[in-house]
Amino acid sequence: MSLNATLFAMAVWFALLIWFAAAKIWPPLMNAIDERNKKIADGLAEAEKGKAALAEGEKQKAVMLKEARDAAGEIKLANEKQAQAQIDEAKAQAKIEADRLIAAAHAQIAQEQQKAREQLREQVAALAVAGAEKILKREIDAKAHADMLAQLKAQL
Amino acid sequence: MASSYESPSEYISHHLTNLKITTGEGGFWGTFNLDSLIMSVILGVIGLGAFWLAAQRVTSGVPGRFQGFVEIVLEFIDNTVKDVFPGDRSFLAPLALTIFVLVFMMNLMDLIPIDFVATFMHAIGVSHWKSVPSTDLNVTFAMSFTVFMLIIFFSFKAKGAGGFIHELFTAPFGSNPLLWIPNLAINIIELIAKPVSLGMRLFGNMYAGELVFMLLGLLGMLGGVYTAGSIVLSWGWAVFHILIIILQAFIFMVLSSVYIAMAHEHH
Repeated sequence: MSLNATLFAMAVWFALLIWFAAAKIWPPLMNAIDERNKKIADGLAEAEKGKAALAEGEKQKAVMLKEARDAAGEIKLANEKQAQAQIDEAKAQAKIEADRLIAAAHAQIAQEQQKAREQLREQVAALAVAGAEKILKREIDAKAHADMLAQLKAQL
Repeated sequence: MASSYESPSEYISHHLTNLKITTGEGGFWGTFNLDSLIMSVILGVIGLGAFWLAAQRVTSGVPGRFQGFVEIVLEFIDNTVKDVFPGDRSFLAPLALTIFVLVFMMNLMDLIPIDFVATFMHAIGVSHWKSVPSTDLNVTFAMSFTVFMLIIFFSFKAKGAGGFIHELFTAPFGSNPLLWIPNLAINIIELIAKPVSLGMRLFGNMYAGELVFMLLGLLGMLGGVYTAGSIVLSWGWAVFHILIIILQAFIFMVLSSVYIAMAHEHH
């Protein structure tokens, strides 16, 4: 139990171990830990930045989406307007065409009517002449009485 | 061979005797406890060697299991030292690591059943072998007085020779010339008490623990139910001793850090 020179030998060994730990063990290990801590901190900061960028992008996306939707709405509206205009134009043209056709038909009908009337008139004139011939029992010179017949026709 | 001893007292005293070699005239300066020194060297190489291996292969990327374990120990020690000394820890923290690892490894030898080692050493022709260096007062005092030297060194470094001597005479009572002698006496006692208590505490704990194992070993020699009781009690004491092993290593480390941190303080 008594103290002896082991004390000094052991102290030298202990001092050597302390030097070894301070020179060869502690710095590399602690550097690695610090470096990793820094890496983690950087990574977290990057993640935070990424998150902010994502939020910003999300916001931009919403704005762009709204713009696109508005533009699409406008285009749709314009299209609808144009379509309506085309329909209206087509309708107007159709109406004009119809009116024209109707007018033409009317004109034709009037012409036919006129023609029929002319014919009728001529027939009536001929009938009247025939009637008058029979009444007068004599032949009326159609040529001589053409004026009179024409007058008669006009009165009908 | 426990049964080969003549008497219980011989068993005990044999287990408490170091393997000594003497050089020259012997005595204080010529005697070395060979077993303590060899064990200290082996344990220091194994303990710090493991950390050195980790330091060789260290990566700041994803650490493996071994590096993770080493880093846990390192950060634990660094935080403990940081609590007592917030300044530059580039020397104090490795010192604490050395103390913790070395004391822990030395104390750990206490868990090897003592007669295993004694029987093995006997078989290869070695007469005495104490496998727990921290039960040798030389070893614990060697460490505590190294710490003492560091306390003195850092006192000079932090305050300068004048400042340190000034403090020896004027703290803690005051700078009145009448108080110089009491101040000096108190300071010297305080300075000496630090390494002595540090070394004695570790030695006392481990020595007492070893002694209890020996007494339980003696009980086992009686045979029968005593042997069974000895085995159970030795096991129980070993489990309890795990706590002491870590606790004593931790206490030695923390107190050394506190003492050296105190050396930096100005009064």
